[in-house]
Amino acid sequence: MNEFIAAFESVFTKSNLIYMFRGLGITLYVALISVLLSMVFGTILALFRSYGNKVLKGFSIAYIELFRNTPNLLWVLAIRFMIRMPKPFDAPMYSGILSFTLFTSAVMAEIVRGGLNSVPKGQFEAAYSQGFNFPRAVVHIILPQCFRSIVPSMLSQVITVIKDTSFLAQVAIEEFFNNSKWVMSAQIDSTINQTMRVFIIFGFVAVIYFIINFALSSVVRSRKKKQAA
Amino acid sequence: MSAFSIDKWEKLFHNIGPFFHGFGVTLYIVLFALLLSLVLGVVFGVMSAGYNKVLRGISRVYVEFFQNTPLLVQIFFLYNALPYMNINLSAVTIGILGVGVYHGAYMSEVVRTGIESVPKGQEEAAISQGFTYTQIMKNIVLPQALKNMLPPLTNIAANLIKNTSILAVIAGGDLMYQADSFASTTLAYGPAYVVVGIMYFIICFPLSRLSGYLEEKFGEKPNPKDYSELLASYKIGEEESK
Repeated sequence: MNEFIAAFESVFTKSNLIYMFRGLGITLYVALISVLLSMVFGTILALFRSYGNKVLKGFSIAYIELFRNTPNLLWVLAIRFMIRMPKPFDAPMYSGILSFTLFTSAVMAEIVRGGLNSVPKGQFEAAYSQGFNFPRAVVHIILPQCFRSIVPSMLSQVITVIKDTSFLAQVAIEEFFNNSKWVMSAQIDSTINQTMRVFIIFGFVAVIYFIINFALSSVVRSRKKKQAA
Repeated sequence: MSAFSIDKWEKLFHNIGPFFHGFGVTLYIVLFALLLSLVLGVVFGVMSAGYNKVLRGISRVYVEFFQNTPLLVQIFFLYNALPYMNINLSAVTIGILGVGVYHGAYMSEVVRTGIESVPKGQEEAAISQGFTYTQIMKNIVLPQALKNMLPPLTNIAANLIKNTSILAVIAGGDLMYQADSFASTTLAYGPAYVVVGIMYFIICFPLSRLSGYLEEKFGEKPNPKDYSELLASYKIGEEESK
């Protein structure tokens, strides 16, 4: 038991905690910005795919299929190693945001397309009959109904993004898992049981991710129930 | 475009062997992980749709834990933490186990919602005919649930394939790992990533086409040419559907 307490105390020192939670901040920041951006781009792509002319539709389909059929990790690595980010965004974190935005936009586009399909065609006709033109009908009539029906799917995607930001640990972006691994591999004196340390840190990492994602997935479940009722 | 210069492509084509080897390893891992996740998905899915509270609880814990923690953390746990307990798994085993169990949780949710989509009356009718619970599941409910389950299941299978790329981080010998090690030794990042991108695309694209096709076939997408859809949206002829 004393061994456990010693290991526990060696993990959760004040500086370690600050370091890990700063990583968590970056994780959440990257996830939030990527999700917001990809909701915008995803909606545009979905509109292109559903209502665009041949060129826009072709572009949108090509983009979505490209990103949906290649691994996220590939884009994380490729963008981190091959693209130099311009000046105000040259912190490593921004290359993470770029790769997640590119990838998640394709997923969001598919989700929004599903939502657009679920809006009855009569809504368009009703809007036209009231003198709405196409853009106004989309913005004021179709999209609001579409978004209401896809909130659960979008939130599920947010969970996926939060989990997948752990990939960024692989390219030395200082997010939560990266920093936790640093704490794990830090030199400590030999009296402390390293096995326990490793298990404590893995447990801590799992619990933190779990709390965040479980909270979100509970929201998803209750929204789904409400929609089904 | 020096990232894609000719000499880098030459390097790649002189060292293309490992890429094909990685492609094979990825397919091998995908095959077994897919089987494992399907088995887990059906078992836990049936459990969570059943009546036994304990089994339902177990299945809930399984699903929630694996869906709400990152796969990368789970893989790293198998790779970094288990050796401290003198459990040494090979990277390929970790891949099959980690990826299979993780996606099993997603499959389980699909199976559960699929079962719940079958009208209750089916089960009651079967009980009245003397079927046991296992027989009901196997012969009555699951076959009917299958058409709702297939599109999301193929989607999960495509995600599973993409997620095997995570094994690159534990030197899994898979496609992504081969590309990464080739790229970091020769610095020919561009061609390496393009080639693995194409290879993953080759595996995933048929599956995502299949999922789209199944969705169109079984899904409830409104068909604009279908006149009854239009009538229904104006609440005309509703009596007939009752």
